[in-house]
Amino acid sequence: MVRFENVGLRYGLGPEILRDLSFKIPAGSFQFLTGPSGAGKTSLLRLLFLSLRPTRGLVNLFGQDVSLLGKDEVADLRQKIGIVLQDFRLLDHMTTYENVALPFRVMGKDEASYRREVIDLLKWVGLGDRMDALPPILSGGEKQRAAIARAVIARPQLLLADEPTGNVDPTLGRRLLRLFLELNKSGTAIIIATHDMTLMDQLDARRMVLHQGRLHFYE
Amino acid sequence: MDLGHDRPQVRAQARNVSPIVPRGQVAGRALVAVVAIMTFLASLTTGAVLLVSASASEWQSDVASEITIQIRPVAGRDLDRDSAAATEAVRAQPGIIETRMYTKQESASLLEPWLGSGLSLDELPVPRVVVARMQPGTTLDLAQLRARVVQAAPTASVDDHRAWIERMRAMTGATVLAGIGILALVVIATIISVSFATRGAMAANRPIVEVLHFVGAGDRYIANRFLRHFLRLGLQGGLIGGGIAMLAFGFSESIAGWFAGTAVGDQFVALLGTFSLRPSGYLVLAAQAVAIAAITAWASRRTLFKTLSDID
Repeated sequence: MVRFENVGLRYGLGPEILRDLSFKIPAGSFQFLTGPSGAGKTSLLRLLFLSLRPTRGLVNLFGQDVSLLGKDEVADLRQKIGIVLQDFRLLDHMTTYENVALPFRVMGKDEASYRREVIDLLKWVGLGDRMDALPPILSGGEKQRAAIARAVIARPQLLLADEPTGNVDPTLGRRLLRLFLELNKSGTAIIIATHDMTLMDQLDARRMVLHQGRLHFYE
Repeated sequence: MDLGHDRPQVRAQARNVSPIVPRGQVAGRALVAVVAIMTFLASLTTGAVLLVSASASEWQSDVASEITIQIRPVAGRDLDRDSAAATEAVRAQPGIIETRMYTKQESASLLEPWLGSGLSLDELPVPRVVVARMQPGTTLDLAQLRARVVQAAPTASVDDHRAWIERMRAMTGATVLAGIGILALVVIATIISVSFATRGAMAANRPIVEVLHFVGAGDRYIANRFLRHFLRLGLQGGLIGGGIAMLAFGFSESIAGWFAGTAVGDQFVALLGTFSLRPSGYLVLAAQAVAIAAITAWASRRTLFKTLSDID
């Protein structure tokens, strides 16, 4: 599903922050991405999400060499990827329901075909009574859950999550992890970038550790 | 996705009601005002060009259907007899439907504004004038007519007003060209204003564009969401500007009616006809307003795609 070969990344003329990354993410796999702050976890997630292009090496996503993709093809590919960012990126003028339903709306689906699903998921993540609330009045934890719901609603083939449990209590953290596992069972490959050892210890999953720009694997 | 026993069963009211791009965030009023002003100026220019062209073609058709023959007095020749002979020669020419010889008194009244009344033409070498009217659409053999007239009256000269018509045609052409030039400037100014407004709107909505990219929206999808706003703003501006210009032309027509019969009114009528746009003129103005709205949408679309390629 994802194949990196000798990938390197630098910003402008600065030093290379990711070096010689070579790995594969099989379909339906589950892995944690961890490492000290500034190690390049978010940059790696952005490479996986095609919002950054590598300065060298080969990135192959869903069987396609990303260096050969045009903007429209990148947009099509992104519909297969869900992403949860640390700053949530919710649209302030839309209700929680509308934010979560956005991927379906962009795909041009009829609202009747997904409304029930969006409502069910919002209730699952504990936002059943906040569906008509606007993001500015949501707490940090609520925003995070809305962002996660938006990332998983369209059942992406690959889910990328940057510190998805950073703002929630341990109980809700476990609940969100269960959501990721359910999604994983249905075939979605999942990469969770986190510092949270408690979260990682709950699951026997592959750990990808970024250190000084290089990636180490602990199966 | 199997959510197990936690699957909620409560009815919810949530629906998609918000537009993807919030209406209030596209700075609308200033753009509507700019497009309205541009459409108004463009409509005034087009209307003025149409008025001048219509009046000029009326003058041309009037003048082109007339021929003037002048018979100059010279010593040893009878001016009255020469004038009558020239008139007869013109009348005999095929295609001439009417001839009229100006009498001494009529010639004197033509010169009255410059030389005053009580003029005795016998003391002045004033030529006699014969005006002939042609059948509309006929091509006259001017050389043959000229030869025939000169044979009948050797001091006669024939003028078909061609030089005057050419000057008139050149003036009308210059007016139309100036109008097109002004229209081009208005269109360019509109495109520049719309491009700036679009860029501003995109900058203000950059976070929305980024999120739309995250959820897999292509540039075309995003551009279309913005384009609707700009097309609506362009149509509003075009409608306001074009509407006011049409009212202005209608009003000026009324003013011309109020001054009819006065010296000022007559001067205007002589210069610009009845100062009224034909129905086809109003149609042209309406089409122009729609075209400016379309230009607004096009300029916006162009800038949208250009800006979107910079945002990711």
